[in-house]
Amino acid sequence: MPVYGMSVPRFPFYALVAILMALGIFLILHRHWVYEVPLMYGETQTIWSVEAKVEFTADDGPVRVSMVRPSAQQGFTILKEAGASPGYGLNFIDGDEPRAEWTIRAASGRQELFYRAEILVSQAPGESGMEAPPLVPVSWPEPYATAVSEVLAEAYSTSAGNFSLTRELLKRFRQENSAQNIELLKTHFSDNLPALWVDMLHKARVPATLVYGLDLQDGRRRQMLTPLLRVWSGDESQIFELPGQEHTSLLKQADAPLLLWEQRGAPVLDVVGGRDSGIRFSMLKREESTYANIAENLSSQHDFLNFSIHSLPVEEQAMFKTILLIPIGALIVCILRVLVGIRTSGTFMPVLIALAFIQTSLVTGLIGFLLVVATGLFIRGYLSRLNLLLVARITAVIITVIAIISVFSVLSYKLGLTEGLKITFFPMIILSWTIERMSILWEEEGGKEVMIQGGGSLLTAVLAYWAMNDPWVRHLTFNFIGIQLIVLALVLMIGSYTGYRLLELRRFRVFN
Amino acid sequence: MFITPWRLKERGILGMNQRNIRYISRYNPRRLYPLVDNKLKTKLLAQSAGITTPGLIGTITSQHGVSHLPELLDGVTGFAIKPAKGSGGKGILVLSRQADGTLIKNSGALVELADLQRHASNILAGLYSLGGSPDNVIIEELIEFDPQLDGFSFEGVPDIRVIVCRGYPVMAMMRLSTRSSDGKANLHQGAVGVGLDIATGRPLNAVQNGNPVRIHPDTGADLTALQIPQWDTLLELAARCYEVTGLGYLGTDMVLDRRYGPMLLELNARPGLTIQVANNTGLLPRLRKIDALSGADIALPAAERVARSREWFAADTMADAVPA
Repeated sequence: MPVYGMSVPRFPFYALVAILMALGIFLILHRHWVYEVPLMYGETQTIWSVEAKVEFTADDGPVRVSMVRPSAQQGFTILKEAGASPGYGLNFIDGDEPRAEWTIRAASGRQELFYRAEILVSQAPGESGMEAPPLVPVSWPEPYATAVSEVLAEAYSTSAGNFSLTRELLKRFRQENSAQNIELLKTHFSDNLPALWVDMLHKARVPATLVYGLDLQDGRRRQMLTPLLRVWSGDESQIFELPGQEHTSLLKQADAPLLLWEQRGAPVLDVVGGRDSGIRFSMLKREESTYANIAENLSSQHDFLNFSIHSLPVEEQAMFKTILLIPIGALIVCILRVLVGIRTSGTFMPVLIALAFIQTSLVTGLIGFLLVVATGLFIRGYLSRLNLLLVARITAVIITVIAIISVFSVLSYKLGLTEGLKITFFPMIILSWTIERMSILWEEEGGKEVMIQGGGSLLTAVLAYWAMNDPWVRHLTFNFIGIQLIVLALVLMIGSYTGYRLLELRRFRVFN
Repeated sequence: MFITPWRLKERGILGMNQRNIRYISRYNPRRLYPLVDNKLKTKLLAQSAGITTPGLIGTITSQHGVSHLPELLDGVTGFAIKPAKGSGGKGILVLSRQADGTLIKNSGALVELADLQRHASNILAGLYSLGGSPDNVIIEELIEFDPQLDGFSFEGVPDIRVIVCRGYPVMAMMRLSTRSSDGKANLHQGAVGVGLDIATGRPLNAVQNGNPVRIHPDTGADLTALQIPQWDTLLELAARCYEVTGLGYLGTDMVLDRRYGPMLLELNARPGLTIQVANNTGLLPRLRKIDALSGADIALPAAERVARSREWFAADTMADAVPA
């Protein structure tokens, strides 16, 4: 890389860069030494911050909200719990079934209550040997009773124990073209099939209950609980996914462990004195060094120097996780444009595309992007003949892009390619402007320039994606705010670089 | 394939980053940009300073005005329609009227009135302007270019780019459109760039798409025979643009009209770097010389500045510079 032209002394400028750099490094080291946040990615334990947000409309009177709290279980340890709820009294009721209870004398209007838990992923075995619930006698009116008996008899004959019976039973409900009995039950109990399965298992003298689990996916917001079936055989119990509720996550199981929020079949949320209640979950993954450090970290949140994103609510933290990566993408754009000399269509458009790639994964994202832009360019070719005003034409392109994305989503889904659904993560307005700009470029400068700028944009997007998706970079940007100052210092330095660009060495090769 | 940075430096080549920081940021105050980014303002400013520019037929400033386009063009035989704030020749349409009243482009392609009106609407909506801001349409008289330059350009009007630094012309080139540049004089679209000796206006070197050429690829004209008429007047006009605009690093685009002589077509506050390739010479040594000048040198009258430039920046002729 050429390093010419740094000759004009500009002391205040370099002082500023040096100060930013030093401050950045100081903040990083301070955080590393004082709060023991590891610089290395990997030598850590994973902690999930899970936030439950209870919403309801109060009926102008006393309100009592009772919510199940997660308890220790295989693979997870609950580190710390906290609630936020202005004006409410809050009690954590432990015991057999841990619950959080909010109470208030009078409340009206929309209410929001927060519960937050820090959950450590641990290898230690959790509390085991939860007792099986008592069997409840059940009966159905005809013809359902007969149907139930027949289905159970069939499943029973092809199974060897409680767990295999459950599998056989659920398998029958999972099939597309199921037997007449199953169809009858499916239709009649369509609004509450999980309850039917529990009852059927009880009928077969198998202790079972419905529990609720949460798929832990980093950065997820407004997530709901997944109902699951827990079945006992003696003192042992197993969890079964329900037909139609299978792990729908597009991520691998390893990336999205399942936390059992409710383990005993009790209602998750119970609101007295309110209506339209609902519960949503946000979660965030974090790497920390040791338990001791976490405890200290959390207790010293008032310390000014511990200026940390971790003191924000989880939902905002999840947002910041992405926001803090944007400077890294922008730095890549700076390097590629100023030091290399790559031309892109729209200065920071590649960063937005890279953000979309993070959601979609690279290959899917690239294919999706090319498909949408190519189809968009084709349709835009027609629009240009309609003699429209600019704003109206871009609006038409936006609608077209949305239509293209919908069509591709439906098509890929029908073809069984769930990956295709991720195409919706693309920023559609940006895509439309890209199409519009490229279309004009095509008309004026020809296809070659479109390829140069389009290729430059995609290359920049891919490099920015690699940088922003790197676990090291993610770890550093999220845990060390000082990185931002260092990036700023680097950008200032790049901004004052007067040497040749890499591609100029090719452009001016005739002078050799 | 590549040239080393030290070799480039040795040849005195100005790079994009250095141009932006050392010359554009230093010599071109941001507040003066609107003067050159808006061709209408440039034109009015130049006219008030006595610098010849192509005649103005009319302007369109609102969508409503687009419907009056036929009246505006009534009886006009040839005209150029351009966005006031366009850059890099974007959105410029040069049309001439045939005997039957229809309009054709230089290439001979027919243009309907509806196409023209759509083009005007696009210009107004800011399609070609920097940052997409709303724009005005300028309609100008056609340039009847000097017969001495006949055969040197394919279809389009050849223009002469002179880089003026602090009022001193430092480098010049002529841009000749070709079939592949579609009548446009943009080098990156395949136009031929001919480096011109500041002292004499004689050709030094010619390139197309970065490769040296001796004859025009479409017209077959011998580029070494090029002679720019009224060279001194042209340079003086270019040099005066510094006083008019206050911009210290300026690309002036001039044309030679049969009737009016050298005329100012447009100004550019961010002139490109390819002029170095066309001249086979780097800008840096010349710019450094200008950097070192005192305030008194800069305050000299344009004619004297031009005389100094012609003395300082004289070069060998093309015959010696271009390998056979």
